[in-house]
Amino acid sequence: MVTPILPLTMSSAVVKRRGQTLLGPVDLDISAQGFTIVMGPNGAGKTKLLRALHGIERLAAGKVTWQVPVGDTQDRQAFVFQAPIMLRRSVRDNLAYPLRLRGVAKSEAFARAADWAQRVGLGDALDRSAPRLSGGEKQKLALARALIGEPDILFLDEPCANLDGRATREIEAILKDAQAGGTRIVMATHDMGQARRLAEDIVFLMHGQVIERGPAQAFFAGPQTPQARALLQGDIVE
Amino acid sequence: MGEIWEGLIAGFWLVVSLDADLVEVTLRSLQVTLTAVVIASAIGLPFGAWLAIRRFRHRRATIALLNALMGLPPVVVGLIVYLLLSRSGPFGVFNLLFTPTAMIIAQVIIITPLIASIAHQAIRDIWADYHDLLISLSTSKIQRIKTLLWDGRRALITASLAGFGRAIGEVGAIMIVGGNIDNATRVLTTAIALETGKGDFALALGLGFVLIGLAVAVNLAIHAIGQTESEGKW
Ligand SMILES: Nc1ncnc2c1ncn2[C@@H]1O[C@H](COP(=O)(O)OP(=O)(O)OP(=O)(O)O)[C@@H](O)[C@H]1O
Ligand SMILES: [Mg+2]
Repeated sequence: MVTPILPLTMSSAVVKRRGQTLLGPVDLDISAQGFTIVMGPNGAGKTKLLRALHGIERLAAGKVTWQVPVGDTQDRQAFVFQAPIMLRRSVRDNLAYPLRLRGVAKSEAFARAADWAQRVGLGDALDRSAPRLSGGEKQKLALARALIGEPDILFLDEPCANLDGRATREIEAILKDAQAGGTRIVMATHDMGQARRLAEDIVFLMHGQVIERGPAQAFFAGPQTPQARALLQGDIVE
Repeated sequence: MGEIWEGLIAGFWLVVSLDADLVEVTLRSLQVTLTAVVIASAIGLPFGAWLAIRRFRHRRATIALLNALMGLPPVVVGLIVYLLLSRSGPFGVFNLLFTPTAMIIAQVIIITPLIASIAHQAIRDIWADYHDLLISLSTSKIQRIKTLLWDGRRALITASLAGFGRAIGEVGAIMIVGGNIDNATRVLTTAIALETGKGDFALALGLGFVLIGLAVAVNLAIHAIGQTESEGKW
């Protein structure tokens, strides 16, 4: 049995740009199990928080601690970016890429790529050029490419932003499957309905600060802060 | 007018009948230019890629210098190489002046900045695109460079072809360092200059056809690569 990498602890993490504090200080625990939804208005710092947890954002202060050295976690984490990044290759090669990096043989990598393409509804698109896909198809491809390595934790930055209702439902099903398979999920979204459907716990961000944090049920039933209450009532929060 | 027309027909016949002089000069042109392109690509492509990925202190200045070097007048390059290789120059002992090697050296100096600059731009664009993903996947430096070179391969081929196009039609520098010696350093461009001066328009035009053919072929190839790139066929 491999050592688990979770839970994950972020302590007094701060992200700055040109002297301006964009995030933090944030203290946050990510437990071993669950589905965390990160909410907050545009510019609240959701992307920065996810990137900082994933370890691709330079911290001006504070740290992120895993159960094993961070170098051993990198192959077991995955990230789906807000704007999907497509390699200038075919769909098949995009899907196989993370596996090929880890030395998986080409034939096996391609077989798994075909399987994942099928699961996200891109089964017929394997030979198409990834940069030529539609916005929604790109997001599905990015999700499949993140899950193909069977990560222990998956960060998603608004993965359904350009998807129609049906595709959103499919993606949500895939995410629930992944969670059932043991993948910890941390996801930012603006979609209140999606948050209600998926969240087990909520992180509510504003102006780079976590202002509310807790189980989803409690959050939706009785938000503690006026900002969260306003958000749930459908008001514009700023 | 009649003279030109006759020249055109005669030149055409020289090409069709594979005239011995014409073939020899063409082959030498190709040999010199292809060698120069291979060497310049071996230097310019990795250097351009490296410039795109590495952050270092004088990066901007280096890029500006590279772009400035692209505009070097070939005649001046020829003059400098001539001085370096001439008997009294620092490399005079190698006796390279008026040899194909001297011509290759001059061409390498002329086209390396061009190739490096095109490669740099292409790889820089891809790197900007891929940066977050490649960091997120914790790729090693080698893996990153491999990925960028592979996905940028069309642009890199284009860079080499552009170098070829520039070198094959170049006349000033290789005239100076090669000397346009019959059976030794005469190439398409210098032969055209000579035959035109002598008034032998048939051979000059025949050589001209070959040169135009090569230039068109190269540009068609560049265009075709750009086409497959924009349609994402590869
Ligand atoms: N490189 C940067 N330089 C300066 N400011 C930045 C930079 N990157 C992000 N910011 C700012 O940091 C703040 C938080 O950005 P972040 O992308 O985390 O917001 P977000 O919550 O993800 O917003 P959205 O919902 O629009 O995606 C924003 O105000 C943004 O303008
Ligand atoms: Mg964001």
